[in-house]
Amino acid sequence: MEKSEIKKYIAKRVAKEFHDGDVVNLGIGLPTMVPAFLPDDVKVILEAENGMVGAGAKPEVADPCISDAGGSPASIATGGAFIDSATSFGLIRGGHVDATVLGALQVDEKGNLANWIIPGKMVPGMGGAMDLVVGASNVIVAMEHTQKGNHKILKECTLPLTAKTCVTKIITEMGVMNVTDKGLELVEINPEFTVEQVQEATGATLIISPDLKNIEA
Amino acid sequence: MAKKITAQEAAALVKDGMTVMVGGFLSVGGANEVLHAVAESGVKNLTVICNDGGQPKFEHGVQELIHNGQVAHLIATHIGVNPEVGQMMNAGTMKVTLVPQGSMAEKIRAGGYGLGGVLTPTGLGTPVGEEAGKPVYTINGKEYLFEEPLHADVAICYGTQCDQYGNVRFHGTTRNFNVVMATAADTVILQADELVDEINPDDVIIQGILVDYVVDGGAK
Repeated sequence: MEKSEIKKYIAKRVAKEFHDGDVVNLGIGLPTMVPAFLPDDVKVILEAENGMVGAGAKPEVADPCISDAGGSPASIATGGAFIDSATSFGLIRGGHVDATVLGALQVDEKGNLANWIIPGKMVPGMGGAMDLVVGASNVIVAMEHTQKGNHKILKECTLPLTAKTCVTKIITEMGVMNVTDKGLELVEINPEFTVEQVQEATGATLIISPDLKNIEA
Repeated sequence: MAKKITAQEAAALVKDGMTVMVGGFLSVGGANEVLHAVAESGVKNLTVICNDGGQPKFEHGVQELIHNGQVAHLIATHIGVNPEVGQMMNAGTMKVTLVPQGSMAEKIRAGGYGLGGVLTPTGLGTPVGEEAGKPVYTINGKEYLFEEPLHADVAICYGTQCDQYGNVRFHGTTRNFNVVMATAADTVILQADELVDEINPDDVIIQGILVDYVVDGGAK
């Protein structure tokens, strides 16, 4: 798969996680592609941590006073509300957001997540990520399975953490893994790969679900 | 009554070494005329509390103060959009303290609402948590990190409309940190796109009693 195809494939699979009416916060990049793949009967309410519950479609004419959390022009959907930062994170931390989808530098078998700093190299800051992964009921990591062949899914994260034991599910172009008490359980696989190939691309020992299914993306 | 002043008069309220809260989220909802005047005033050695380090693609904003070397210490949640912040941090010319966005909002809210701090699960097990020496408390079996309140000498906030009483209303996602910052500083400067006689009390988001000075941003 080409890189753009990989992202689409992952976003398409992530879209199946949502139920009609779910409140969802999407990280920057790949996660923002997810709404395009939602089935017609599933409408989610998008929370944008910079100040919206109910973010709308990309506007044809930009209003300089309405942006998404990445600073890009945005719109508000019918039924939406504008909020300040304290309210926004009150909603996030208070468990009023059903799911957040975000990328990762590393994620490990305990569900620990690292996605905000590579010491000495890249320090963008955590922004709202630490609050989002602590507060959202479901934390879905959506990313390419490896970084140029290097493991990103590990037995134990080596980079500074964003939060401990927060990730509930990992969705990559190779498979879908649930974070369980016993470790990472591979529950769906891309039929283009074998279980052995997925394991080889993973730095933690996978538990293979007895009900392992093919991803239908 | 909030006193109407110019951006330059507002800038003169910011003195060397002060702690200044700056509202806005990237380019949205910032008091850019006032910030530009502060940049031109040459005031230095500031501690700035702001969501981010601004966006270099825009002429006016917090990034101007950073670029001029007027900020000794930046307390922010995200600095990736302005590469100069990381460069200055690595070169040691500006101290940077990163705070999770939700914790930042609550720390400021605590500072403005008379609380001694907040207990939050955010940051536990990370470099901004107990590793940074912050106390951990267990409440009803769940761990929380203690975060101290934030307070400032001056807050430079934005509003869409401000009335003669200092009441403020907002349009769009411009509320962001402006609302809490207006509670948490000794002196609050509010730049509005439009100055009006009176705002419907139903629509007031920042109460006029919090606002000391109003600057006409001239956008309308």
